Amino acid sequence: MKRLALLLLLLWWPAAANMVLLPTAAAAQEFPKLTGRVVDAADILPPEVEARIAARSEAIEKQTTAQLVVATVPSLDGYEIEDYGYRLGRAWGIGQKRDGKGNGDNGVILLVAPNDRKVRIEVGYGLEPILTDALSSVIIQRAIIPEFRAGNMPAGVEAGFDAIAKQVELPPEEAAKNVAAAQSAGGGGGGGDGGFPAGLVFFLILLFVWIAIASSRGKGGRRARRGGPIVVWGPGMGGGWGGGGGGGGGFGSGGFGGGGGGFGGGGASGGW
Amino acid sequence: MRIIRFILPLAAALSLSACGINSIPTKEEGVNAAWGEVENQYQRRADLIPNLVATVQGYAKQEQDVLVGVTQARAKATQTTINPGELNDPAKLAAFQQAQDGLSSALSRLMVVVEKYPELKSDQNFLALQSQLEGTENRISIARRDYNEAVRIYNVEIRTFPAIIAAKTIYGAEPKAPFKATAANAETAPTVKF
Repeated sequence: MKRLALLLLLLWWPAAANMVLLPTAAAAQEFPKLTGRVVDAADILPPEVEARIAARSEAIEKQTTAQLVVATVPSLDGYEIEDYGYRLGRAWGIGQKRDGKGNGDNGVILLVAPNDRKVRIEVGYGLEPILTDALSSVIIQRAIIPEFRAGNMPAGVEAGFDAIAKQVELPPEEAAKNVAAAQSAGGGGGGGDGGFPAGLVFFLILLFVWIAIASSRGKGGRRARRGGPIVVWGPGMGGGWGGGGGGGGGFGSGGFGGGGGGFGGGGASGGW
Repeated sequence: MRIIRFILPLAAALSLSACGINSIPTKEEGVNAAWGEVENQYQRRADLIPNLVATVQGYAKQEQDVLVGVTQARAKATQTTINPGELNDPAKLAAFQQAQDGLSSALSRLMVVVEKYPELKSDQNFLALQSQLEGTENRISIARRDYNEAVRIYNVEIRTFPAIIAAKTIYGAEPKAPFKATAANAETAPTVKF
């Protein structure tokens, strides 16, 4: 009897180990640390510009919950900027985590790689209908690139950020007008997520059958006493295997952290 | 002995729950959701094409064969669909991929032709469509990568202990097919400069 219990425990152990170990295998690429709303790793922005952008971004987050971040990187590590951008967005988790009503994933990163002469507006799933590819492209071509071409990096970044901020702040109807003006066909992008764990039902049935067997073995009078601990244990176990949750972004030193928003390649890029 | 009677059913239940009864459907749902996103993005691209073709036609009527090629490739691509239940069939996925790649190459031929028409290239409508098309191609490659990753996780799960027990006995789970890299360097990691 004892040996059998041990064997079953051994069977169960590797799965528990898997659950803990698997998620760590995912991360590979190195990104700059999310130190605040402006991460100027390429060092192209004077402090006053950073401060203005950060203040505006904070106000927008208070108003709309959307997170707008500016990132400048010294190198794209050999990746395309489109490739780098969405991975950075996911790594930082910019934007709020999507809630049950489908709100969230509302992050935007204005990514500038001055040494690669590339710029990108990376848009989270939730903002794709407002900040469409066409509109992002217009912002890059009209507000950002001309300044960059003239060698005025801070002005280009600020103009681009302003244009993004204006669009995100607008009430939905007016934002939609701008989208139409950029002649976008629109189209939402949200994919289905979730799914009912069919295994759960099976497991619960199994659990009750086992409890029934175990308690029916006990002689009549003792049954009531034994029912106690099992009932207490039952729900406690349920928590043990709820499925590994997706990790949110880490908190930066400035008290700013990503809310766990998702990115799927929305936005546009440009070069100069 | 009395304690064993409590522990035994619990251990049995735990070991069964950990042998893939729960994790296999969860990971399969992950694959299905990722597949949904792939189809979603390909559909988004297909939806852009009629408008694109109409715009190009306005400037470049003489390029009929290229435009017809795009329209035909689009028709073929939208006809080739896969249900999530058929994702374990590599032949079906290969057919899907072939149809979509056919559309990709027809589109790139169109984009080469466009270079000959400066007025078209400066048309506001065309520029907007072009940026949307670029964005969609980008989303497609991300959705495909996410799908392949979900497939990898699922395939590892059903082939390794302990989930392999439930995979073999309860679900009869079969490995899912990932996308294969088509372009020469589509899936290879970029070189890292130091």
